[in-house]
Amino acid sequence: MAEMSFRDALRLTLREELLADEKVILMGEDIGAYGGSYSVTKGLLEEFGEERIMDTPISESVVVGCGIGAAMGGLRPMVELMTINFSLLAFDQIVNNAAKLSYMSAGQISVPMVIRMASGAGSQLSSQHSHSLEGWYAHIPGIKVAVPYTPRDARGLLKTAFDEQNPVIFIEHTALYARKGEVPDEDYAIPFGQAEVIREGTDVTLIGYSGSVYQALGAADILAESGHQAEVINLRTLRPLDVETIIASVSKTHRAVAVEDDWKFGGFAGEIAAIIMEEAFDELDGPVARVCGADVPIPYAKALEQAALPSPQQIADAALALF
Amino acid sequence: MTQLIDKPPAKELPSDQLIELLRKMMLIRRFETKAAEMYTKQKIAGFLHLYNGEEAVAVGAISAVNDDDHLLTHYRDHGHALARGVEPERIMAELFGKDTGVSRGRGGSMHLFDVEKSFMGGYAIVAGHLPLACGIALANQRLKNNRIVLCIFGDGAVNEGEFHEALNLAVVWKLPIIFMCENNFYGMGTDIRRVSAVIEVYKRAAAYAMPSKQVDGMNVLEMYDETLKAAERVRAGEGPSFLEAICFRFRGHSMSDPEFYRRKEETQRWRELDPIITFREKLTKDGIIDDDAFRSMEAEIEDVVNEAVRFADESPDPPPEALFTHVYKEDA
Amino acid sequence: MISEVVMPQMGADMEEGTIIKWLKNEGDEVERGEIIAEIETDKANVEIEAFDSGVFRKALHAEGDTIDVGTIIAIIAAPDDDISSYENGAAKKATAPAEASKEEVPADLKKQDHATASTTAAPAAEPVPQTLAPAARQDGRVRASPVARKLAQDNNVDLATLAGTGPDGRIVKRDVEAALTGGVKSPAAPTAAPGTTTTVSMSKMRQTIARRMAQSKREAPHYYITVDIDMTEAESLRRQLNEAVEEYPRVSVNDMIVRACALALQRHPMFNSWFIDEQVQQHADINVCIAIALEDGLIAPAILDAANKNLGEIADASRSLGQRAKSGSLKANEYTAGTFTVSNLGMFDVETLVAIIQPPQTAILGVGAVREVPVAIDGNIGTADLMKAALSGDHRVTDGAQGAQFLNEIRRLLESPAALLV
Repeated sequence: MAEMSFRDALRLTLREELLADEKVILMGEDIGAYGGSYSVTKGLLEEFGEERIMDTPISESVVVGCGIGAAMGGLRPMVELMTINFSLLAFDQIVNNAAKLSYMSAGQISVPMVIRMASGAGSQLSSQHSHSLEGWYAHIPGIKVAVPYTPRDARGLLKTAFDEQNPVIFIEHTALYARKGEVPDEDYAIPFGQAEVIREGTDVTLIGYSGSVYQALGAADILAESGHQAEVINLRTLRPLDVETIIASVSKTHRAVAVEDDWKFGGFAGEIAAIIMEEAFDELDGPVARVCGADVPIPYAKALEQAALPSPQQIADAALALF
Repeated sequence: MTQLIDKPPAKELPSDQLIELLRKMMLIRRFETKAAEMYTKQKIAGFLHLYNGEEAVAVGAISAVNDDDHLLTHYRDHGHALARGVEPERIMAELFGKDTGVSRGRGGSMHLFDVEKSFMGGYAIVAGHLPLACGIALANQRLKNNRIVLCIFGDGAVNEGEFHEALNLAVVWKLPIIFMCENNFYGMGTDIRRVSAVIEVYKRAAAYAMPSKQVDGMNVLEMYDETLKAAERVRAGEGPSFLEAICFRFRGHSMSDPEFYRRKEETQRWRELDPIITFREKLTKDGIIDDDAFRSMEAEIEDVVNEAVRFADESPDPPPEALFTHVYKEDA
Repeated sequence: MISEVVMPQMGADMEEGTIIKWLKNEGDEVERGEIIAEIETDKANVEIEAFDSGVFRKALHAEGDTIDVGTIIAIIAAPDDDISSYENGAAKKATAPAEASKEEVPADLKKQDHATASTTAAPAAEPVPQTLAPAARQDGRVRASPVARKLAQDNNVDLATLAGTGPDGRIVKRDVEAALTGGVKSPAAPTAAPGTTTTVSMSKMRQTIARRMAQSKREAPHYYITVDIDMTEAESLRRQLNEAVEEYPRVSVNDMIVRACALALQRHPMFNSWFIDEQVQQHADINVCIAIALEDGLIAPAILDAANKNLGEIADASRSLGQRAKSGSLKANEYTAGTFTVSNLGMFDVETLVAIIQPPQTAILGVGAVREVPVAIDGNIGTADLMKAALSGDHRVTDGAQGAQFLNEIRRLLESPAALLV
């Protein structure tokens, strides 16, 4: 067991994949000479060369489309998009091609590729660099959506992503890159669709993913002060979603709070609430609460940005309102 | 791994191969007209975009590349699939929405796929398949399999951002692709002169330092020759090439198109250049085919297309339980 | 080879087209691809081409006709092909278009969902338990809906003592309400009503009657008018008819009332109407419903076109309706096409029935038994065979004065019954 950062866990995994399979190629803006805008791919160009680590023009649509085509043609591409905000330029390729080609061709085509992208606010990058749009991707049949929280998740889920025969959207919260955690030394993978109960409790279930798990854990500390034991679930993947773990926890605590940085209206927290209602209606002692990003474009000023994001106190308050 | 069939220039093509070019164009024409009939009789639904008039483009170009070269095209795709050798009955069954269709009833007219024949699909987001062509070409380049990509799109695609992104990337990475624009002057019902700053489409490739040329898309031999030259250059690793095939569709954009936007006289003028009639006349003049041979070929094609309709009609619908199959690879 | 020319589908949303012009005359030679007609669709005028060569043998529709897509409109064939089957209009629809399989997607497939992890198949819905066991589980948790909980809390009902009748035995609002009104005995609520009460489940028919009659009373302001009708002459005529005529079943009093109503409705068409969406629809056809009592409720099928049926035909239709109502083989329009109703409780020897209008109809006639009663005749007391009739009218459509005139017309016809014979 070694302690390493989320970023290093990702880089370690990418390097292993590049070593293991020469069909693996990495494409993206500034992933080579620059080392990646979040330094995830730092050093890989030097080790694997320009044919494997490919700097691309700033052309998100053709870069993602090229990744899809490369997968169709027999390679194992990973495309890095600087942020989820920029992924919207490639949304057509992801939705209309990556997600649909297997179905439209009745299985003649498959698209085994990984699209990594950074998400989340907190660094005062303002409205066009700071959004969390995970729910949009989770909405689409034909792709899978991974949202790691710990360095252990980062490595285990990325490993699975590279074993996938389907397109995987791999979303990394920018606040997590430097965070450190224990990562097993041995080779391992974390299957998709298996959430982690990251903190056990009996009184209320806090459900988060990616960066919002951190806020949920903070809320659990606050709740403990008033004698309430919160259980915290780290979803790890949104599609497929581990419904079983959520329902088991809610059946125990009878209260649930869904947390995410993404916008509330029409968002994934609402999906979680709906699933709990459908599957565990009689287990509930109150309505499922949602604590989400504010209904605004993320602003620049520190005070405003923080006000737009879910805080541990907000989550704790939402939970306390259920008792 | 790769078949390297010798592709001689048009003037050296043996008689049987010349006749084959004619036969394929006639097959497409008959198939499309039959599809129109089947649409009016409600056997085919949705959108139906027919290729009548543009047969020389598909047959000339696709005959000039190897059978395992990847082919991607737009939603007016029956002609390309037939030129590639996809069985008429499996295409017709797809149009009928049957389980025996090339895409097992999931795609319909606009989304034919036959990966075994390197026919990588018909795409209905205008210019959305150009990035895919780059990717497949990149894979071919890395895998050094000597296969190139023929990517066909219409003049409507050249004002999409993905067109420019794809051309740029292909040149930067020297990708083995032939970009082929079928310029029939109308993006659906909009005249290219009304919406394009530069209407000579081939000139746009020059902005990316890509070799490009305008070709007579009503002349199957010219299409064949120019595609052959482009393919040789692309296969040699010199990067992408661009061809603009000037052509005209004889029918509306889709079945419901009343063609308000163009005059009948314009269509009539182009019909006089009908690629099948002119090529038949040439082969007759050259003594390669006589009237009897032509008529017996016509009868044979009639049977093939009627058989395709029979097959499609008698094929089963996809079973309801297949609804969720193939959303993900592991579903199969 | 015979080639059917159909009204073509020229777009996914086209349902019909109009023939503007035939460009070929019968007998003309036609080449494949030649334009043979112009049609108009809702989008534009388009040309129809021949898909086969031959002789334009027959145009089955004229210029100006609007025709459904898929209908054969012309025949192209060889000169000697036999096309007589088309000429007599036998074959109208082209060879059936490929009908999508009507097969329903199995319900469990509809539920299939890729978004949830395969290891976590959603628990299959369990059949609704009919058990009346308390909804409390071993862990003491009670299955109850939020509104049921609130109602129970507000009224001091202990949920643990209640049986749930909702899905999976969930206690729902009705269970708490039943406990409050004594419907389900609740030890925790000893204020329950005295004696034994049984909740009787309502049949579908009972539920329908409940809904429709409540709707009628809620929405239609009823007015009521009653008259006494002297049935002496009518009874006499009925006896004569039944003795003299054998080809029809026996004519009943009710048949005569139906006949009288039908004739009166011809003169008072406002009572032969429906009230739908704030509008009165007056009907040309007079379809008089007769109320028939069945085991689980009342049904009132219509004698169709009653005004054009003689007494014998009405008797025939009435008997047939009665038999088929009991065997459940009424036709759909007999259920739905009624324009007026007669409800006769004469066989129960009651004075009359003041009935509730059957929506969307706007009037109903209730009648009681024919009774010999003392009456004043020219200053002396005598007896007469009187029948009391009560008209219920929808005040949104007609007024009392109109009702009175209509009812008087019915009376006139029954008291001078020879009028019923013509």
